[in-house]
Amino acid sequence: MADRWILRLVARRIGGALLTLFLVSLAVFSISLLMGGDAAEAILGQSATPEALAGLRASMNLNAPPYLRYLEWAGGLLRGHLGTSLITGLPIAEMILPRLASSLQLAGLTALVSVPFALTLGIIAAVKRGSFLDRAISMATIGIVSVPEFLIATIAVLIFAVTLHWLPALSSSRDIFSVTDLIRVFAMPVMTLSCVVVAQMIRMTRAAVCDALDSSYVEAARLKGVSPARLVLGHALPNAIGPIANAIALSLSILLGGVIVIEVIFNYPGIARLMVDAVSTRDLPLIQTVAMIFSATYLMLVTVADIVAILSNPRLRHR
Amino acid sequence: MTTSIPVTPAPRKRFRPRFSLVLGSGVVGFWLVVAVLGPMVAPHSPGQVVDLDVFSPMSSAFPLGSDYLGRDVLSRMLVAARYTVFIALIATLIAAACGIFCGLVAASGGWPDAVFSKMFDTVNAIPSLMFGLVVIASLGASTTVLIGTLALVFTPGAFRTARALALNVTALDFVTVARARGERLPYIVVREILPNVLGPLAADFGLRFVFVTLLLSGLSFLGLGVQPPNADLGALVRENIAGLGFGSSAVLVPAFAIASLTIGMNLLIDAISARRAGGGR
Amino acid sequence: MSAPLVRLAGLEITATLPDGTDRAIVRDIDLAVQPGEVLALIGESGSGKTTIALSLLGHARRGCRISGGEIEVAGHRLDGMTEQQLRAVRGRVVAYVAQSAAAAFNPMLPIMRQVIEPALVHGLMSRETAEDKARALFRALALPNPDTVGDRYPHQVSGGQLQRLMAAMALITDPALVIFDEPTTALDVTTQIEVLKAFKGVVADLGTTAVYVSHDLAVVAQIADRICVLRDGTVQEEGAIDAILFAPQQTYTKALVTAAAPRAPAVPAECPPRSPGEPPLLELRNLVAGYGGQDASGNPRVRILDDINIRIERGKVLGVIGESGSGKSTLARVVAGLHAPSSGYVSLDGLPLEGDIRHRSRAELRRVQLVFQNADTALNPAMTVGDAIGRPLSFFHRLGGREKRAEVLRLFDLVQLPASLASRRPGELSGGQKQRVNLARALAARPDLLLCDEVTSALDPVVAEAVLDLLVELRRELNLSYMFITHDIGIVRSIADQVMVLYAGAPVELATRDALSNGAHHPYADLLMSSVPELRPGWLEGADSAFVLTQGREASVNGGCRFYSRCAVARPGLCDTASPPSRHADDRTITCHHDLDDLASGLIHAA
Repeated sequence: MADRWILRLVARRIGGALLTLFLVSLAVFSISLLMGGDAAEAILGQSATPEALAGLRASMNLNAPPYLRYLEWAGGLLRGHLGTSLITGLPIAEMILPRLASSLQLAGLTALVSVPFALTLGIIAAVKRGSFLDRAISMATIGIVSVPEFLIATIAVLIFAVTLHWLPALSSSRDIFSVTDLIRVFAMPVMTLSCVVVAQMIRMTRAAVCDALDSSYVEAARLKGVSPARLVLGHALPNAIGPIANAIALSLSILLGGVIVIEVIFNYPGIARLMVDAVSTRDLPLIQTVAMIFSATYLMLVTVADIVAILSNPRLRHR
Repeated sequence: MTTSIPVTPAPRKRFRPRFSLVLGSGVVGFWLVVAVLGPMVAPHSPGQVVDLDVFSPMSSAFPLGSDYLGRDVLSRMLVAARYTVFIALIATLIAAACGIFCGLVAASGGWPDAVFSKMFDTVNAIPSLMFGLVVIASLGASTTVLIGTLALVFTPGAFRTARALALNVTALDFVTVARARGERLPYIVVREILPNVLGPLAADFGLRFVFVTLLLSGLSFLGLGVQPPNADLGALVRENIAGLGFGSSAVLVPAFAIASLTIGMNLLIDAISARRAGGGR
Repeated sequence: MSAPLVRLAGLEITATLPDGTDRAIVRDIDLAVQPGEVLALIGESGSGKTTIALSLLGHARRGCRISGGEIEVAGHRLDGMTEQQLRAVRGRVVAYVAQSAAAAFNPMLPIMRQVIEPALVHGLMSRETAEDKARALFRALALPNPDTVGDRYPHQVSGGQLQRLMAAMALITDPALVIFDEPTTALDVTTQIEVLKAFKGVVADLGTTAVYVSHDLAVVAQIADRICVLRDGTVQEEGAIDAILFAPQQTYTKALVTAAAPRAPAVPAECPPRSPGEPPLLELRNLVAGYGGQDASGNPRVRILDDINIRIERGKVLGVIGESGSGKSTLARVVAGLHAPSSGYVSLDGLPLEGDIRHRSRAELRRVQLVFQNADTALNPAMTVGDAIGRPLSFFHRLGGREKRAEVLRLFDLVQLPASLASRRPGELSGGQKQRVNLARALAARPDLLLCDEVTSALDPVVAEAVLDLLVELRRELNLSYMFITHDIGIVRSIADQVMVLYAGAPVELATRDALSNGAHHPYADLLMSSVPELRPGWLEGADSAFVLTQGREASVNGGCRFYSRCAVARPGLCDTASPPSRHADDRTITCHHDLDDLASGLIHAA
């Protein structure tokens, strides 16, 4: 399997992703350059005398031409210097790390819950295509995917907190000493977040498996007397690996957006919450760094999915 | 020796409107009418405090209740719907136009394809809500910036669809026949390619609209969309979020309104695609 | 007469159309097949032959269902069985060999795994035993590398081999009945003969009963004992093979037999006498075309066409014969200007013709028209056929309004289509009608040269006959020239004045029509002509088995003859190192190391 040609294909794919990441950094940096007024003014606020402004601008190197400032910023990122927050003055890395950990906990739990559930339901819906179960699932997923995330959150809060009083809408303490604590803190956010991820993944998985089941080689296998279970697991699924990997990657990338709304609604101290606050205070360095983290994560997910699709294809493995 | 060819009469297609088509177009049509006429039929001025009780339930005086300041929810919604629908529509039109144009150009190959594809991949790599946040943080949240951002975020999707469709059609022989005749690019695009991709493009337009509406509502909900004193449906939800604890109509009705618009559009899209495919899945 | 192994009584299959109505696509089918017999189901597309064949597995395509009748195979009553019961029968009692092997094999799984699957799924033997049996079947089917081919993936194996692997997959459980669904239709004629021999041998050895579905009477004549002729879902005629071939009763059967018989050569058109010195209509000299950039010698890295020399006079027809990979379609595209040649000279009426359409004048574009094989994709589904034909009229001749409409009607008349079709879209027309529209569109430009790229290959035999007749008539009426590209040497013999045989992009023989029937031939041309089945049983046994060489030899690396690896009379040391010279006679040119006398004297058949 260690064919040089396929390794080159994979390397090219990774290279492409890195190029995109570079272009993203350019885009992010350029957008923030467009900001009216500059950072020095924002920091000094009321005490912005012309001398103070000039001094601060010089020390922050704001007078340099844009491309130098970009190189400085990008170079810093690569070396792990994530910059300093404009508002709090703290190193961004310090601010981000604990919040990143929290968000990762949330995202990880969500992924753990959603991916197996969605894959199973998606495959079942495809196998039982046209049945009542399939149509019910389709309607439910269309409904969930069509509505804004905050609506799902509000409905969840309405049902579980307001009506049933099973869970508190907002959880104040973050300490988790028992399973009940775990449920208390995470249940609502994870459930809400999972809804959208699961719905999207079910739709894509179902489509991929349906495509494979419609293929002529599955019909040929059926004519050999192969059982439905073996048809799905042995014949359809191997062909659906690529599209399913893609479905997982794209659905998990929904997390990157959904987590923002969820963290705001449930007051969860994650990195997205930090970002939203940073936007209202126009803390540009923080915004830039967090945007890069999110983009890098998205690119990584999509690239991994593509590589899985490449490696699983015998036509590419053995030429 | 020639054999005569029997002529079959043209089959008459029976037009049986599907349920999803009726429901979908009904809902979308309803919201379009509200967007156009809403503010003119609002019983109260949207900014006027008319109720001394805040968050009152639905009654004959206030059909949708009153909001957190005592303003009439119905009137506010009739104005807000216009913001949501128009902003979303304009942004989608821009995104679709740019995406389709770039997609058709890219499908003819060469360096435009590589450049456009990479460019749109880059925009796509920044998660949409994040992108919105970055732009608004830098440029402020005016309506123009909002529309521009929404259009920019969703152009890559329209581009990718248009490009794939154009590539598929271009590979077909009848396009080669036209090229062999010496037809120029405009003719080929307009008369040969476009009629065959209009259906999927229309479906894609509907999909873009749904995404744009959701992102717009999300941004407004976070306070970064339509700014006070104006409000779109998402902003209405944000304002009245305190009423969630007791299920006030002021927060629920705008939220469900957004959902009905997007679900209705989804039903319409599904009906269009299914009818073109000539049979259900 | 013992009880039949297969029995169909009153079979009816109903399809549900997109608008919801039901229609019986197969009705009143009564059939019986004796044990060990091979029954052929013959018919054109839409006749229901595949539908009936699938019903022998208790299977109906999506949107169809078996709505009535009795289906009995080897004592099992298939109608009325549940899916679970059918699963026990499929692959075990009845096996299916599909038309397209590439579509029937799962591209993600290795071949051996799929071949032994029926045996494992039905619990008949252990994996090792199944694999041994599979390898024995591979050997019996004359597959090259029988011990290792199972480890490969489907995309690594050729079409002809895949077809035989599919047969092995069907035979591994020793089924009582095997259904062959047009298995050789997608193959080149030279590959077809190997595959047919393999099938026939194995079926005879194992004593398996077979149902063979095809539209090709000549192929079926080699392998079947009885024939059943189908049309529009009903049985037209049924009988022993000699009866059907030599004494058909029904009109439709007669039409089929006539269409399958070799066509009589068309009477050469009376062209106006050629004035001396008049340049040929189309001339190609030393044409080379390919892709992939240029290598050191200025030639394309991947060469599709090499050193093509052609002259077509006004009013004459050049037939270009080649199999898949011969470059014949690229030749048409080069002449049409869609693919620029890397070197060589192309002229139209003596004047040089630009390689790229963008540099050609409108008059030049008008005079050379390309007609495609697949009328389905060659016509824009969103445009009415009247508009499709009208476009060249407005584009080339600037006709409009009433004049254009009149001309469109005249063209409809010319291709013998009723004028009422002008407002229809291609989706509402039959295959033959679409191909006629295709022709009309090309003729609308008033060309001098028509490039016909496999225009009848996708059509049913009877319909193809009619289209060919039309082409012959049009040539006579309009003094057209054709470059007629095909893989079917029978057609070419009847319509062409001159024939060029292409192999792997190079011309190996150029001969007049009469010269084809006798005398010296290039070994490949000889192989091609002798691979075409004749419409008589027993031809297959007589076909030179020594002639058919599958994978015996390494291909020549550089500079040698391209046909080296398949040539029965190749001389190692000469043919694989040196380029073969062209040898000329009055009526033919052959590119071979052997000289004309050797080739004429039956060197090939003596080998």
